[in-house]
Amino acid sequence: MVQSTSSTSTGAADDPALTGGGGTAIEVTNEAIAAATPRLATVGDLSSRKQRSLWGDAWRRLLKNKLAVIGLTIVVLFSLIAIFAPLIAPYGESDVVDIRLAKYGPSWEWPFGIDANGRDLFSRVIYGARVSLVVGVLAQALILAIGVPVGAIAGYFGGKTDTILMRIVDVIYAVPQLLLVLLFVNWRGPGLINIFLAIGLIGWVTEARLVRGQFLALREQEYVNAAKVVGVGGSSIIMKHILPNSLTPIIVALTFGIPTAIFTEAALSYIGVGIRPPQASWGALVGEGSRAGYIQSSPHMLLFPVLAIGLTMLGFTFLGDGLRDALDPKGND
Amino acid sequence: MLRFTLNRIVWFVPTILAIAALTFIMVRLTPGSPFDVSDKVSPEQIAQLERLYGLDKPVHVQFGKYIWNAVHGDFGVSYHARPQTVNQIIGRTFPVSLHLGLLATLFALGIGLVLGTLSAIHQNGWIDYTSATLAILFYSMPSFVLGFLLILLFVVYLPKQGLDFGFNVGGWGSPKDWILPTIALGAAPLATIARYTRSSMIEVIRSDFVRTARAKGLSENGVILKHVLKNALVPVITLIGPIFAAVGTGSFFVEQVFNIPGMGKFFVTSMQVKDQPMILAVVLLYGVFLAAMNLIVDLVYGMIDPRIRY
Repeated sequence: MVQSTSSTSTGAADDPALTGGGGTAIEVTNEAIAAATPRLATVGDLSSRKQRSLWGDAWRRLLKNKLAVIGLTIVVLFSLIAIFAPLIAPYGESDVVDIRLAKYGPSWEWPFGIDANGRDLFSRVIYGARVSLVVGVLAQALILAIGVPVGAIAGYFGGKTDTILMRIVDVIYAVPQLLLVLLFVNWRGPGLINIFLAIGLIGWVTEARLVRGQFLALREQEYVNAAKVVGVGGSSIIMKHILPNSLTPIIVALTFGIPTAIFTEAALSYIGVGIRPPQASWGALVGEGSRAGYIQSSPHMLLFPVLAIGLTMLGFTFLGDGLRDALDPKGND
Repeated sequence: MLRFTLNRIVWFVPTILAIAALTFIMVRLTPGSPFDVSDKVSPEQIAQLERLYGLDKPVHVQFGKYIWNAVHGDFGVSYHARPQTVNQIIGRTFPVSLHLGLLATLFALGIGLVLGTLSAIHQNGWIDYTSATLAILFYSMPSFVLGFLLILLFVVYLPKQGLDFGFNVGGWGSPKDWILPTIALGAAPLATIARYTRSSMIEVIRSDFVRTARAKGLSENGVILKHVLKNALVPVITLIGPIFAAVGTGSFFVEQVFNIPGMGKFFVTSMQVKDQPMILAVVLLYGVFLAAMNLIVDLVYGMIDPRIRY
């Protein structure tokens, strides 16, 4: 691998995947770096080696990590189940099989048993995956859309802009997120849209902090200075030079952010302010199954939704952990 | 050091004020009156209650009055549990949450340190792999999922197999009631502490002064206990502050799952019924607690590692 001390700058300069096409500005940058720092004269030797992209390397490293492969499998499986829920589930989301069968335990015909309203729990858990997936992905999209620009602006421009933006972030960060989400959902009423809006509109602060930290560190790098010297504009430096080099922590945060959003939705639905019944969500199912008396008499109503949440969290964490190691250029092959 | 501390405290005041204002505005923005709890309460009664608690006044007047009273230690009367004051309720529930939080932190710290140390010493051995798998398993399980799994195992399944440990759900009276919630709440911090301890120790084990200590003939245990552990603990200490602040102010879910009469459980109820004085008091308590913890951690950090200057 590249020497660790210069890994960021050489990695960016000779890696086509990162510089994305590379205009004249980048070629000048490359020369400027080489001229300015004799230490980086190794760039030539490195590129004579067989070209391997960062993403190719990362993918190979990821597949070598057993836990990460398990995580990836769980995540893919979970996504497929969520997308094709109507094809997989034997019953509709809120179809009543037979009210007389209420709380009937697992059997061959109904593998997860029947819930208190006589509905097939297997189908409801499958449909619950959709709610989780939608909330997880949309909330994370919102978090990226707000957090990345705010963090980038604060980190790149620094000074007063940074202080003001970070004070706002500090305040939102200090209030328990669950409270804000709860108040937001209370204000707008329960429902899927409000839940992901609430999670996204409040969760971006963590992302902003992360991106700001990256920008603070990277804007002092030699290749950024070199780009400034040759007259590349601010927005171009942010988009073409700093952002591509901050992608790794952003991707890792994304893989950890999705399960956090899924968990928040489950928690909200569990305490009864999440989705509207009879829509099925894992959290709502846990809430139903954990009512007094049910835990002892029909534990299957609690067990399967709890396992679904746990397994999904596990899958995303395994994958996120593996991705972090795989994308680290200092990691050994 | 003193300047650093003063600076932090000075910054702390506007932050807490802003937190209070943000929470206040958000609670006020939520439609519906906190006194509109059932159809039996007539609109006249609601209006009367709102006048009694000053809710008919302009928002900035209400906020000013709230802050003025709060500075004097009066956090008002709970709307939901009136005539109890917020101070009485927090005085009753906060110690329970703090107790659980302390137990969970100690549990996480004790086992996490041992697990992390063993993994570092036997790097890439079976202990290391088992502990890494266990850590990631604990880390990714939300406390309420783990709580329910513990209940299903120890309260429902094992007693049916004739293995009854006498665990029960609900209550906080006997030490037996403390065990399962402590595990559920402490598992995630345990995993974090174990992983940080491991990576920090591995870094220290490779350093020159450890080689010197071995070279001068110190026993392996002496090297680990006297030299490695002490130096490896520095990054772990930074973790304890936020962990303790988070679990000490009450985990909503663990308290809900195990039916513990702590502040977290009360907080969820007060949010659902828009009990504004309760909500504000808990949020402020959390904010002050977290800030104080972080300050203490920063100061302790400076004492342990003389290279750090403020």
